Amino acid sequence: MIHPHGGRLVNRMVSGEEREGLAGQAGELPTLALNQRELADLEMIATGAMSPLEGFMGEADYRSVIDSMRLANDLVWAIPVVLSAKTDEHKKLKGGDRVALVDEAGRALAVMEVADCYEADHDYEAQMVLRTNDDAHPGVQYLQSISPIYLGGTVHMIRRPEHRDFTRYRLEPKETRVLFATKGWNRVVAFQTRNPIHRAHEYLQKCALEVCDGLLIHPLVGETKSDDIPADVRMRCYEELLERYYPRDRVVLSVFPAAMRYAGPREAVFHALVRKNYGCTHFIVGRDHAGVGNYYGTYDAHAIFGEFDPREIDITPLFFDHAFFCRTCGNMASTKTCPHGKEDHVFLSGTKVREMLAAGELPPPEFTRPEVASLLAESAR
Amino acid sequence: MPHDPSQMVTLKIPRPLYERLGQLIEGTGFRSVTEFATYVLRDLASQPVSERRAEAAASDRMTEAEVEGARERLRELGYL
Repeated sequence: MIHPHGGRLVNRMVSGEEREGLAGQAGELPTLALNQRELADLEMIATGAMSPLEGFMGEADYRSVIDSMRLANDLVWAIPVVLSAKTDEHKKLKGGDRVALVDEAGRALAVMEVADCYEADHDYEAQMVLRTNDDAHPGVQYLQSISPIYLGGTVHMIRRPEHRDFTRYRLEPKETRVLFATKGWNRVVAFQTRNPIHRAHEYLQKCALEVCDGLLIHPLVGETKSDDIPADVRMRCYEELLERYYPRDRVVLSVFPAAMRYAGPREAVFHALVRKNYGCTHFIVGRDHAGVGNYYGTYDAHAIFGEFDPREIDITPLFFDHAFFCRTCGNMASTKTCPHGKEDHVFLSGTKVREMLAAGELPPPEFTRPEVASLLAESAR
Repeated sequence: MPHDPSQMVTLKIPRPLYERLGQLIEGTGFRSVTEFATYVLRDLASQPVSERRAEAAASDRMTEAEVEGARERLRELGYL
């Protein structure tokens, strides 16, 4: 089984007497209410999905990640995982203090041992991580919405966030690792997506499955921008297709709880490293992975992996060019495998698909299987 | 960046150890002792501080009970 990033699967869940003790203390501590992204991050840290992180980043890790895509200990890590202060009281917290991390209902989920409290430069962070300061970029908008005062420190999770959705699809890294081992899969490829599945995605997944033992379809269900297709619709599309077109014994559908950063290339590295923690050995990186608008080049998310020694990343990225149905070839293909021109290719942008659905039209079957088109049309009504 | 020679430094280790490591990496995929040493040192450097190493080592592997608990949940959810 592939090793977790950093060599050890982190577990910051506490149980038994330790949990009872911390839960009791939490009531006496200052509280900090997490936003949706931070809630998802907390759960992923606690369950080991973000190994080797044991808490929200302190200043040394934060600055190192921004400047060099490495933690302070030199391990590759491409995006900041930070906790922002919510009140003036939080800004007075210092190393050695403890704070209770609570959800929006005020339930204590974790206790954090504060290591440091520091001021971020959001303009610099945006430029380095998102490659832009444009107000229209959703990642920039997120930074503008939070305090630049960050708190770093290890966490002890005493209660999981409450989930009412996708409960049967929520697997922790320990569980996917046991699952893959039990199935006898040595080579497992992960597919990350925040979009509904189209024929091109299916093509990528099945090409990858040809050279691997198993496929983990891992749709992101954390916070996304408002005009992305909702996660429940995307999951229904997957359920429909898996039932009809995928080999049941070779594919696992589970949800990825993270929020989207829309950080393009850097987020592609993050997505790959995290899937290693789930036990995957390969990771599909398509065109404009984790991109938004025109902020990133089509294959920037491929190129960034070249900045590291492959052994540092360890999980193997599988790079795919732009895929489509070619009328002349009569099959799915990519710019790498098809000699014909764009006029032969059936490909629609997300914007075009949304326009068609809004007008009551269904995308053509060469682009989207009819079962998925129907579900998308239904959700658009 | 690892490929930038100006960002690399030389570490000295005993020659017998160097030769032993050379034998150790045969057939493993490591292309050089330097590559292997960097991998191992990086792994070590990522470990928690010393007083927490015992706890970390204990949590490296799942117990049989944890594995069976995970399998039971996977069965309930229909994955197994």
